[in-house]
Amino acid sequence: MMQFMLLFSRQGKLRLQKWYVPLSDKEKKKITRELVQTVLARKPKMCSFLEWRDLKVVYKRYASLYFCCAVENQDNELITLEIIHRYVELLDKYFGSVCELDIIFNFEKAYFILDEFLLGGEAQETSKKNVLKAIEQADLLQENVDFQTRLFAAPT
Amino acid sequence: MPAVSKGDGMRGLAVFISDIRNCKSKEAEIKRINKELANIRSKFKGDKALDGYSKKKYVCKLLFIFLLGHDIDFGHMEAVNLLSSNKYTEKQIGYLFISVLVNSNSDLIRLINNGIKNDLNSRNPTFMNLALHCIANVGSREMAEAFASDIPRILVAGDTMDSVKQSAALCLLRLNRTSPDLVPMGEWTARVVHLLNDQHLGVVTAATSLITTLAQKSPDDFKTSVALSVARLSRIVTSASIDLQDYTYYFVAAPWLSVKLLRLLQCYPPPEDASLRSRLTECLETILNKAQEPPKSKKVQHSNAKNAVLFEAISLIIHHDSEPTLLVRACNQLGQFLQHRETNLRYLALESMCMLASSEFSHEAVKTHMETVINALKTERDVSVRQRAVDLLYAMCDRSNAKQIVAEMLTYLENADYSIREEIVLKVAILAEKYAVDYTWYVDTILNLIRIAGDYVSEEVWYRVIQIVINRDDVQGYAAKTVFEALQAPACHENLVKVGGYILGEFGNLIAGDSRSSPLVQFNLLHSKFHLCSVPTRALLLSAYIKFINLFPEVKITIQDVLRSDSQLRNADVELQQRAVEYLRLSCIASTDILATVLEEMPPFPERESSILAKLKKKKGRGNLPVIDDTRRNVNGNVEHAEKTEAPNQVSTPSFTDLLNLNSAPGPGGNLLVDVFSDNAALSSTDVCEENFSRFVCKNNGVIFENQLLQIGLKSEYRQNLGRMYVFYGNKTSTQFLSFTSSLSVLDSFSPQLNMHVKTVDPVIEGGAQVQQILNMECVSDFTEAPVLKVQFRYGGMLQNLAVKLPVMLNKFFQPTEMTSQDFFQRWKQLGAPEQEVQKIFKAKLPMDTEVTKAKIIGFGVALLDRVDPNPENFVGAGVIHTKSIQVGCLLRLEPNAQAQMYRLTLRTSRESVSRRLCDLLSEQF
Repeated sequence: MMQFMLLFSRQGKLRLQKWYVPLSDKEKKKITRELVQTVLARKPKMCSFLEWRDLKVVYKRYASLYFCCAVENQDNELITLEIIHRYVELLDKYFGSVCELDIIFNFEKAYFILDEFLLGGEAQETSKKNVLKAIEQADLLQENVDFQTRLFAAPT
Repeated sequence: MPAVSKGDGMRGLAVFISDIRNCKSKEAEIKRINKELANIRSKFKGDKALDGYSKKKYVCKLLFIFLLGHDIDFGHMEAVNLLSSNKYTEKQIGYLFISVLVNSNSDLIRLINNGIKNDLNSRNPTFMNLALHCIANVGSREMAEAFASDIPRILVAGDTMDSVKQSAALCLLRLNRTSPDLVPMGEWTARVVHLLNDQHLGVVTAATSLITTLAQKSPDDFKTSVALSVARLSRIVTSASIDLQDYTYYFVAAPWLSVKLLRLLQCYPPPEDASLRSRLTECLETILNKAQEPPKSKKVQHSNAKNAVLFEAISLIIHHDSEPTLLVRACNQLGQFLQHRETNLRYLALESMCMLASSEFSHEAVKTHMETVINALKTERDVSVRQRAVDLLYAMCDRSNAKQIVAEMLTYLENADYSIREEIVLKVAILAEKYAVDYTWYVDTILNLIRIAGDYVSEEVWYRVIQIVINRDDVQGYAAKTVFEALQAPACHENLVKVGGYILGEFGNLIAGDSRSSPLVQFNLLHSKFHLCSVPTRALLLSAYIKFINLFPEVKITIQDVLRSDSQLRNADVELQQRAVEYLRLSCIASTDILATVLEEMPPFPERESSILAKLKKKKGRGNLPVIDDTRRNVNGNVEHAEKTEAPNQVSTPSFTDLLNLNSAPGPGGNLLVDVFSDNAALSSTDVCEENFSRFVCKNNGVIFENQLLQIGLKSEYRQNLGRMYVFYGNKTSTQFLSFTSSLSVLDSFSPQLNMHVKTVDPVIEGGAQVQQILNMECVSDFTEAPVLKVQFRYGGMLQNLAVKLPVMLNKFFQPTEMTSQDFFQRWKQLGAPEQEVQKIFKAKLPMDTEVTKAKIIGFGVALLDRVDPNPENFVGAGVIHTKSIQVGCLLRLEPNAQAQMYRLTLRTSRESVSRRLCDLLSEQF
């Protein structure tokens, strides 16, 4: 089971954090600081896995963003690496060639997409089509609502 | 009103984020945030009711601020309002805020739960999913209490939408992990298993995770999942790559689901049903075959997904550990990966191979890759990969390759990363001990460890080498010589000084014959390091010095001068000062006999699990440590033992027990809390401690009993049919023992055979003090039962009772008799009647060592007769047992068989009971 996922920039700025285990804010900050430092210190050709505390950390860099997951010891590293990739694909498809700024300015969307894909630290729906369908439906609901709001708001 | 389109939600939020990004300094950012917080607070507090959109926008800003790392202590109420809104977009943000900022404020939890309940009952799949996501994200106990019974119902209901089922399955999984007691099993469990058959692969994917977790906890309830998983897996691995449509990932069919199914199967042993089993084997073979096929895509995603399934399949093969062909195929596949250009694959191959190394079927196959792994250790540029290589070498090590692997690890250690040095040191120490054929190699290896990575050699490691040297007399001389040579180096590590000090203090005499390592040279060498060492090491050296005084009377004056110097006697460190004062005094007032007793060689350490292994387990976590074959248990000791010698405040003037220090853990008889409720506890109810009894058969002095409170040491002497025993009671605590009494139990069966007289002792033993009791005895006739010493005292208000079997045995009343070969065999024949001879054939429990055996036979009390037996390998001895009533002549013969590791012991005496008793006593000693 995945314990948490962190997205951070090359400068060490945290862009997204998702925790699947209950931890105090203090502990979360400590873990984040420690891992960001560890991962950023690694050289490009090094392997994508490392042992960290009693967990395995799987990370991959996409442009300026690092995606970093901690999974349990018996979990499969390679499939975790592809979980990261699938999430990147989902973001990419949704935002249309995603970049770091998309995630900064639309962090709530990034969370919604992640929740459709992973839940409780496990893959919920691995089909790209199905995940995006769910998100698009939600957006559709949102647009309808906003459209109505606008209609009512228009006269004033 | 801002225009809303996909990905462009709230302009106010975007502006705020831009502002933050434009801040040039941390201070500016904090200023901007505080301004925003004040603004939001006033909006929330304002009289004007906020519309949903504004509320959503402000809540989102708060969330953003929180995610930047700042504390947020308001806004929860507004989030709950949003969550209860029936506008999807507001609800979504409300849920997100609650999921990220969980607050266990009970009022709010009730409101949140209320909102969730409404959404779960709404029959609107989108709302239901939001609610389920929130429960899964928060996973708190309150939520488990509220919804644990609803979710299974939603999960198995026939009319539930697929996407809701997926969320419900994982939501239930989360609750089961956080509050398993609140998730009741029930009739839904059987129906959950059948989700493995679901048409929708997304539902199967989510359900498999749930079932795996449940099956780990109660495998019997989910047994039927095995057949269903195998069927599902089989359909996936045999499908054409397009069959599964969107569940095919870079030409690999449903990799996530395959991995999960293989994981689920690892909760169970191999299927018993033959057809199911062969179907599963087929699946695994297919997966292995696919690994050999040319890739369908050059993309790394393709090979990653394919290999993810392959590695999981190998995990299952290792888990089953029953199909030799599959295990060997797996090993060969991993062998190919060892040289792959992808670092990730090399890393994983090393990791998986570690597991294969512990299977008997594949251990040999793994060993064939040793050179590659050693090469990896030398050439890999990534430390985490090298770490895996070290792990694998450790796992594949056995007697056949131990020397090479240990040598390679030592070489690697010289340049190893600091982060893994300690672990390598532990591993080398364990392997060297475990596979030592000759212990000189072991001693060399450990000294090399200290030389190469002294700072990383933990106490456990150097304690261990001392324990082993003390327990094995065949290596003591070599160890003394080697440490002596190692100490010659101008700069040597302090750990070497510790080991050297200890070993020379114990066994320096073994090399003192050589003028190059004469006592004075040894002492000067050690003392030249003294001033560079830390206090604990200096304390150890002082103990070594006093041992030198005993070993080599010729250096006594020199050492006394050193002890007497101001830098010792007036040392600022109280421990050093105390040692100097006490050792100096001891050396001045004690006679050579007393010195020899007090400073006697350390007795062997009790056998225990290696403390180093325990440390490595702790470091790595039990699950991560490959099991290395453990057929041969080694001389094992405990750490506290060595530590104890350095423990302060133990050197009180008659420091008999301290230096002997046979600190073993509290024995079974050392039951400290025996009957704390009753002062009148019947003594006979106390277990009699016999733990150390047999160790005294061939010797007269040592510690017979020890627990956390009390140590009982013995010193005894015998002449003809009379004996005297000095019993030393040492109070190890800092508190007084009160009402101290000790007496001998009088067992009717032996009282006429053995007369004993005990002098009473003082009823108070001060903390840290030691008192002595004298026992006089007279052997009237031959006996079997040993007397039991009963000790009773109060410690901290509690009555302590203990009983110790005293090592008074028949052989103590031996007088050795020298005789010629001719005499011996003449008498041997005279005692040829069947009832006079007792013979035992037994397996050697200890290493067969001629010198040790000789010492033991002499210690047993008989004269060891040289050149009597025509076979020089055999030992013969003769003696007379003296009792008041009769004298019994005894002849013994011990025939070792080194090949079979067996002994044959024959005793001939004029009395059958004597022959039998002596044979029983002596046969336990080898």
